[in-house]
Amino acid sequence: MLRTIKYFGLGLFLIGLVVFTAVNFVGEYTVAPQKFEDWVSSKGIVSELFLQEAREQIVGNAFTSFELTSKLSELAEKSHQFHVDRIREWESEGQVSQDSINAEWSKVIWLDWSKTHKEFTYPLLQKTVGGAVADHKLLFLFLTFGLGILGGLLYILPDVVLLGPAGIKHHGIYHNSATNRGWVGISVFAYLIVFYCTLYFFPAYMVNSIIITDPVSLSLSGNSASQWFMYGFMYCVVMTVMAVRMYVKYRNNTYQIFRTTVVLFFQIAFAFLIPELLVKFNQPWYDFKNAWPLDYDFFFGWQLDQLMASGNLGWFMLIWGVVLSLIIVPVMVYFFGKRWYCSWVCGCGGLAETLGDPYRQHSDKSVKAWKIERYLIHGVLGFAVVMTIMTLIVRSTGDQYVFGLENYKVQSWYGFFIGSIFSGVIGTGFYPLMGNRVWCRFGCPLAAYMGLVQRFKSKFRIATNGGQCISCGNCSTYCEQGIDVRSYAQKGQNIVRASCVGCGVCSAVCPRGVLKLENAPNTGGSRMEAPEVVLGNDGLKSLLKK
Amino acid sequence: MEHIVIIGNGISGVTAARHIRKLSDKKITIISSETEYFYSRTALMYVYMGHMKFEHTQPYEPHFWKKNRIELKLAYVNKVDFSEQKLFTDKAEVIAYDKLILAVGSTPNKFGWKGQDLIGVQGLYSRQDLENIEKLSIEGIGHGVIVGGGLIGVELAEMLHSRHIPVTFLVRENRFWGNVLPRQEGELISRHIREHGVDFQFEEELEEIVADANGRASKVITKSGKEIEANFVGLTAGVRPNIDFLKGSELKIERGIVIDRKFATNQSNVYAIGDCAQFENPVNGRRPIEQVWYTGRIMGETLARNICGAELEYSPGFWFNSAKFFDIEYQTYGIVLSELQDGQSEFYWEHPDGKICMHFVFNSESKMFVGVNAFGIRLRHDVFDRWLNEGRDINYVLAHLKDANFDPEFYKAYENSVVSQYNSEMSENVRLQSRSWNRILTALKT
Repeated sequence: MLRTIKYFGLGLFLIGLVVFTAVNFVGEYTVAPQKFEDWVSSKGIVSELFLQEAREQIVGNAFTSFELTSKLSELAEKSHQFHVDRIREWESEGQVSQDSINAEWSKVIWLDWSKTHKEFTYPLLQKTVGGAVADHKLLFLFLTFGLGILGGLLYILPDVVLLGPAGIKHHGIYHNSATNRGWVGISVFAYLIVFYCTLYFFPAYMVNSIIITDPVSLSLSGNSASQWFMYGFMYCVVMTVMAVRMYVKYRNNTYQIFRTTVVLFFQIAFAFLIPELLVKFNQPWYDFKNAWPLDYDFFFGWQLDQLMASGNLGWFMLIWGVVLSLIIVPVMVYFFGKRWYCSWVCGCGGLAETLGDPYRQHSDKSVKAWKIERYLIHGVLGFAVVMTIMTLIVRSTGDQYVFGLENYKVQSWYGFFIGSIFSGVIGTGFYPLMGNRVWCRFGCPLAAYMGLVQRFKSKFRIATNGGQCISCGNCSTYCEQGIDVRSYAQKGQNIVRASCVGCGVCSAVCPRGVLKLENAPNTGGSRMEAPEVVLGNDGLKSLLKK
Repeated sequence: MEHIVIIGNGISGVTAARHIRKLSDKKITIISSETEYFYSRTALMYVYMGHMKFEHTQPYEPHFWKKNRIELKLAYVNKVDFSEQKLFTDKAEVIAYDKLILAVGSTPNKFGWKGQDLIGVQGLYSRQDLENIEKLSIEGIGHGVIVGGGLIGVELAEMLHSRHIPVTFLVRENRFWGNVLPRQEGELISRHIREHGVDFQFEEELEEIVADANGRASKVITKSGKEIEANFVGLTAGVRPNIDFLKGSELKIERGIVIDRKFATNQSNVYAIGDCAQFENPVNGRRPIEQVWYTGRIMGETLARNICGAELEYSPGFWFNSAKFFDIEYQTYGIVLSELQDGQSEFYWEHPDGKICMHFVFNSESKMFVGVNAFGIRLRHDVFDRWLNEGRDINYVLAHLKDANFDPEFYKAYENSVVSQYNSEMSENVRLQSRSWNRILTALKT
């Protein structure tokens, strides 16, 4: 009976997922003249070649999303080439005035490779979409998110009974193709990669998936949903449903229950509701818990301009952001370890600890992986710091070039390779193959920064309980950060590692009560030194004392 | 260069090898017929249950051995020539040694039951046992019977249970692990194991295992005449030293390989450690053969010192041990026997849920603390070890119980309830002290 409910839930969830995906292959985009002209003026397009051809070929016609985006891109590229060629020609002839050349420059449509035309095409598609989904948003909100939530809960809740008495429930993880890199895991991986690439680079292909959340967005901020609103809403929904799974799975473990509740609260309140409500009251969208350098564009010009233009609240946000990053973050890491952020507050950590929990065992524990980790994560931290310094220099000097590099380009590179590909596509997409903390372990610059504090100046450690370790390897297997916990525990040594996010699962899965997350003083090197003799060999201990 | 050869790559042999390497430059060879690399035997169950892959049970990556110049050989030693100091392997290799360490471990006990060698009848000790039960599971296990109510028995029960195979447990005593655990703890654990649906048959012993037409076990007959369907029978009535290949040689053997306090056998340059060794004169209050992970480790560390020039007798500290029975963890420090000894008193506290308990034993007159069993609560090893070393009395231990709590953060603490029950039962007036990092970390340092 309970098993039937479970599979019924799985079926509902899959229907929701299929509908969510399939809606993007239906619908018509009819470009009415007024909508087109609005879009043209919002984009500031003045190329007569583009306007003429677009009015002929696009306005008044109906397209699919794929046709319309490719048509727009094609015309834009053609017009770009036309104007650039003309300028080159004029310059080589040397007879045309500089004013005319400048006027011609303004007609060039710039399509940034790192933004894959999305900022150009998406706004028009979003305004022109029509069809069953656009006409019945609430119905489709239910058929996608509604069925997903309902199905997910029906799949999870029977486990309260099916899993038996409270305890560690890892039976069959390595026998199940979803959690053992089998075909289900690989399918999830493929879906996530396609989803993130579309979301980040081709949102025009998923307009219907996005506008489904319009009713929610309208009720919160009064605006229609952007792709980021849809993603934020989805993030909260996924975390909530998977948090229920955590409550069921770890109902024996108060630490896990508290942690899950707090991280879910910070996501829903701080990353979703408060920013949307700020927008409703005409304030800047602002996530009060997002600290630089994870929030890598905090010091970018447009961001500073926006905050400074937003009155007292804007200035407060600006000062708060600086205080958070430079004072609150390190002080809290000193007292509690970086876990206070990474597994109790952070959104990336929140998703990793809920959606990612079934995949935590896939992090690589080898010494080699640890080496790669240190190069990569500190490399990204260096990149973020240098980029930020560069940005601030540009702001004070007004010259776009620093050290011979164009600031805007450096920002674009970071945004594309680190902000989108690394943290999003790889960070989440690779959950089923490389574990749930790929970004947090190898890429996050804030984690790197806090890791340095945690390693060298913190009260936090995972204490090892004397000589009780039996080297079974549960702790290392389930460490999402790829720390070989056992290699410390079996020596009777406490675990102090820059990468530890304090999720507490090593302690939970230990069958012998060996590990405990602790904030304590560092009396006589007790925090991280390996004892000369593992507790229990009194003879050897007294020999060494002599 | 002196050549140290170690037979057996379990915790004892590998610990000895690692410490000899730390202390010296000697040539080290480890020979095992079981696996290429050292793995944690205690974790075999997690592989079967799908919590881990076999590789995860290996504490060191393959490059560790090369880096530390410890040569590994996958071979079975057929014979040792003690006078010539040579070994003969099944691969027709002859290996000369300067010093030989026998760390050959145990093998499951078989007491001459009828049908004990049928297909589908096995213990759980080695990697081969794991492969066997995996193979049997794929062919299909309808019902399992486990003979012997100890640690390996409950592991095997949990393994079968994890794959939804019904299990019957034949236990000679009237409660689970009755020769080790006091009545209260035995009952608590029996209740918990039953809660998982395991069928306990107390005061029952195996008489015979009956085969089907293919020579696979099909049912079990008990001494009282009960017949139980079983195409899997787990024999977990303890283990014995794995020394059959040494029988008939000059090496002195009783139940195990007989050694002195420095692990020397009666043959020169030959030592024995771990499960297979039997102390001629056991350390006070301890058994002659100790088959525990921790003692194997301590013997390995100690022998390494002796091989590298020190003079050091086996002298372990206070007894400690731990285990997990389905969802309930167990830790013990000091000595708590299944029956209270003369001149001892006890204090037992149990949570109303019946899944958490602490059992303290102390001297009736001096009140000196002797030992504690804890179920469902984690206790600090360092702190209890120091209290035992300092000869603290039970009132001190209870007053400072918060120092010893090792449960994860935010867990409900029970010290108040423990101490108030103690005070009312014993008419004492112990006042619970708050936790002190200073005291806890001093315990770590000393």
